[in-house]
Formats: sequence, structure tokens, C-alpha cells
Amino acid sequence: MNLARTLALASVAALCCIPSAARPQDTTATKGVRIGLTYAPGTRPGVLLLPVTGPGGDSVYAILGRDLDYGDRVSVIPADPGATSTGALNYPAYAAAGAAAVVQASVTPSGSLHIAVHDVAGARVMNAWDFPLAAPALGPDWRMAVHRGSDEVERAITGVRGVAATRAAFVRDGSIWLIDSDGYGGHAVPGTAGGLSPAWHPSGRYIAYDELAATGHQTIVVRDLTSGTTHRISAGYTLNLSPAFSPDGNTLVFAAGDDGSDLFSAAPFGNSAPVRLTPARGFSNASPSFSPDGKQIAFTSNRLGHAEVYIMDADGTNPDLLTTTAFGDQMYRSDPDWSPDGRRVAFQSQVGGVFQIMAINLSDRSVQSLTSEGRNDEPSWAPDGRHLLFTSTRTGMKQIWVLDTESGRTRQLTHNGAARMGAWSPHLEAAR
Amino acid sequence: MLNSRSSIVVAALAMLAVTACKKKPEPAPAPAPAPAPEPPKVNQDSIDAARRAAEEAARKAAADEAARRAAAAEAARLEAEAASARATIAQMVYFDFNKDDIRDDAKPTLDAKVGILNANSALRLRIAGHTDDRGSDEYNLALGQRRAAAVQRYLVSHGVDASRFETVSFGKERPAVQGEDEAAWAKNRRAEFEIIAGGEKLRMPH
Repeated sequence: MNLARTLALASVAALCCIPSAARPQDTTATKGVRIGLTYAPGTRPGVLLLPVTGPGGDSVYAILGRDLDYGDRVSVIPADPGATSTGALNYPAYAAAGAAAVVQASVTPSGSLHIAVHDVAGARVMNAWDFPLAAPALGPDWRMAVHRGSDEVERAITGVRGVAATRAAFVRDGSIWLIDSDGYGGHAVPGTAGGLSPAWHPSGRYIAYDELAATGHQTIVVRDLTSGTTHRISAGYTLNLSPAFSPDGNTLVFAAGDDGSDLFSAAPFGNSAPVRLTPARGFSNASPSFSPDGKQIAFTSNRLGHAEVYIMDADGTNPDLLTTTAFGDQMYRSDPDWSPDGRRVAFQSQVGGVFQIMAINLSDRSVQSLTSEGRNDEPSWAPDGRHLLFTSTRTGMKQIWVLDTESGRTRQLTHNGAARMGAWSPHLEAAR
Repeated sequence: MLNSRSSIVVAALAMLAVTACKKKPEPAPAPAPAPAPEPPKVNQDSIDAARRAAEEAARKAAADEAARRAAAAEAARLEAEAASARATIAQMVYFDFNKDDIRDDAKPTLDAKVGILNANSALRLRIAGHTDDRGSDEYNLALGQRRAAAVQRYLVSHGVDASRFETVSFGKERPAVQGEDEAAWAKNRRAEFEIIAGGEKLRMPH
């Protein structure tokens, strides 16, 4: 009771532009034991972030604070300048400041990031971890380790692992680029000229993309981001596009054809002949996206004469028109992306001749409209099934944006130079 | 053309005249006493020989020049014909929004290509389908392929073998013109034609 009251005081009601019935529940990913705090959807526990001690502590503080803010699940309370990160914590003072939890972090002399999360109401440490920080400080691996810390803090407090330790792949200047989830570290992947439609392997180690050559020939390339080695896949046509990995990483599905295009299934690292999944009837089928259980595929098809989103079994049987209800303009819905929680399929639908992002709830097929400003397309879900990234023209040039589908909050992920075809990575685990 | 023809006629007449002279029967020579040896007219003979050689050289030069001009004129004519054929091949065809149907206004353009293809049996083409900037990036890659295939189907239905074409799509990735209005979109919804083999010495249909 006491805890609930504390939480209520500490919570900030989320700005909500989405009908509550259509809102996904945030606790579905909960696994294991959660101590001390309960998390109510639509509310945000206050989290007080103490100054971070040790070398690079200021940078760690900035990254943790930004990650927790971008996570949209907690309300970050800046540390009192007089707050201490050593010695006994003054829980009553933190409670008075609206904190349900306190994050106490330090960079140890051995180069690890030590993080403790305190339950304010319980006046005790809930969780503590050590994350090895790879040299050099502020390098990409170092930053990713801090992001992993942020994600565990978020999981401890809300029950849902954060999505800070992720990257987006996207297309800029005719190549594939990568950028960290917080907008840092954007860079072109060498050797990806002509790259389109990047897709992540569930390991986070590989991407697949469509390589468009100067001749117009298109080939699927699977690239090892660590070693830079590539494996090329074609169904024997000049057109091979829109690859997607199955959730177990053992299958790659893509579209190929010489008139219409069909979906084909292939081994991502082998040389077996791709297997046709959709019947060869001269229609265009493209943009596959697997359900998280790997049993179904959403895709775009014009089999009714115009582009709509369909779902079929992963072997190509039982195709079913998904976008049956009337919303947006007639004639054009495409580019589905199945949410990692399995509940929704995001897609783009023309409204007044301009694409907007929508999501269809698979349980009742209700549709949420998620964007309205500018032209918005190419949705890609974050691993949390709550955030998605998309391409938007709202500031003029095409850029990748992030949307919290629960609060409606958006932020611009890419700047400087047009960016499109964003794909949100899975959680990027530490190298072992 | 006229020039080269008249040059050829002149040269032929000259040859005929030479042949006729040689074939003229000569009168039987009267028996004569052994002639007294005349002093050799060395100077006069060498002057005549030199004059004849000069005349022969001039004639040959004139003939060579005429032949060269004739060849150059023929080469220019063939190049103009090849350029005309290449221009006919390169002529783009355009499509309606989100459609791959061959429009009526594209048919004469494609029919002209059929003539060129029939007149040049080694000619092979790459047909590249393109789309405007609206619509899905990925779906437009598929749509561009259908446009290229629709063009190929039309050409094949008019008697050209399918093996003479390669079809590809650039979707919306290579706009012909920039712009966010119908004028720009209409120019970008197109099929382009590129010669990939047999493009030397193209002939127009006759």
C-alpha cells in the first residue's frame, strides 16, 4: 500500500494519443523475479540518477540519463547537486523528490561500470551489476556497454528491458549506415554501395540487404558486420529485394522475379536453391516480415490489383488479406513490420496520397494511426514492441525518426543527409 | 552519293578506252631492210615517261580521292543511320501512376524499336523500369520490374525473340527529373532502353 502510494506520487501520466483499448500492455515481457516495484502501464516511476563517480563518470551519467529518458518508461529526476553516490542513501529525501528508484553508478578502477538500483520505498538495493567497459572510453563498444546498463536498469524498474543497446541500419547516399539508438556513432558500412532495405539477423552480427548494381541487377547480400565477409544470394533473376531473417536466424526470405515477384526462402549462409513461397502468378509480392514465433510472414502484395498487406504461413500456405478494413485511401498499403511481441503489424497506408504509419492489432484487427505530420513510411519495431522507427519528411529532408507508440512522443534519430529504410536491430549482446 | 557514282562512271569509261586501244588489230608490218641504228632519244623518252608517270599519278590520286570521298560519304551515311537507330532505341516510354500497362502513346515508340530489332539481328537490349517518387521504396522496385516486363512482352508479341532482352528495375532510385509534382512524376514513370550487345553499325529498317 505504501509502495503503491509512493509509485502513484512518483508517476507521471504518459501523454496518450492512442485509444487505451488498442494499447499494448507493457508487462508482457516480464520474466523472472521483480522485487519491490510494480509498474502500471501509462505511468512512469520517478528514477533519480545519482552523479556517477570514476573516470568518464560524467559521460556515463549523461548516457544513462538520456537512455532512460528515451526509453519513455520512467521519469528521470536529475540528481540534487548535493546528492552523494557514496555512503548511506537518504531514502526519505529521495521519496520526497518523487523517486521510486535511485540509480547509483560508478566506474571502477578496473574499468567496469558498476550499477546499483535502489528501491526507495523498501530502502534497499534491488539489483546490482557490473558491465565491463571496453577501451577506449567513449568508443562504440564502451558506449554500447553503458547502454546495456541502461537497459538492465529499465528492466529492473519497469519489468521491460530497455532498447538502448541497439542500433539502426538505414540507407544514406546509396550505402548502408549504422547508428546507435541514441543517435551517436553514425557511419557508413564499408563495401555496401548500392545497398537498400537493410534487415538484421537476430544475433545482431549480420545484416542482409539488397545490392542494386549500376546495371539494375539486384542481389541479396548477407554481411558479417564483424569480419566484413559477405555471402550473396539470388533466386536466379535480375530482381532480388527486401530480405528478412526468420526469428531463429536460420531462414532468409526475400522477393525475386522477372515480371511479378514472389517470396523465396533460402538458407542465409548456405548455397541451396531458394524455394518459392508464393505462387508464380505475375503479381508483385515483397517486403516480408516474420511473426516472432517464426510461423507466419506478413508481406505486401498486389494480387487484388493494388498493394495491400497479407499474412501467410511461413511455408507460403493460407494467405490472408490483413488490411481489409477501410482506412486511408483505397489502393495502397505496404511495408509491414511485425512487432516483436507478436501483437501488432505496423505498415504504411496512403492518406490523401501521402503515406502515414499505422498499426493493426492482430487480436481484433483494430487500426491505430500513428503519424500525421509530413510523409511517414517504412516502420520498423524496436525489440520492446513499443517504439518504432520510421522515415519522415516532417523537417523537409527524409530522416529516421523514433516514435513511442504509447505516448506519441517522437525524436529525430538521424541528421545531416537524407536517410531512409531504417531497420531497428535486436538487442546487441556483449561479445563473449 | 551522286558524286561517288559519277566518279565511278568516269573511271569505268577510262578503263574501257584503254582496253579498246589494246584490242585494235594492227596492220601487218611491211618487210624492211635492216634499219640503221638510230641514235637513242634518251632525253625525249625520259621526258615522255616522266610526263606519263605524272599524268598516271594524277589520275590515280584523283581516283583515290574520289574513292576516299565516296567511302567517307558512305561512312557518314551509315553513322547517321546508326545514330538514328540508336535514338529510336533510346526513346523512353511512360506509364500511369502505379500501373504497368503499355499506354497507347507508347505503342508507336515500341513499334519503331521492333523495326530496328528486326533490321539488326545481333542487337540486344536492357529494359529498365522506373517509378515516380510516390509509393513504397520496396514495392516500387517490384513495380519497375513489372513495367520492364510489360515492355518486353509487347516487343515479344510483335515478333522479337525474348532472348534479346534483359529486364531490370531501378524503382524510384534513379529519377530522370527531380520534383514533387505531376510533371516530374510523369517523366519518372518510365522504361529506359540500353544497348547491351550488337550496337555497332546499326541499320534502320528498309
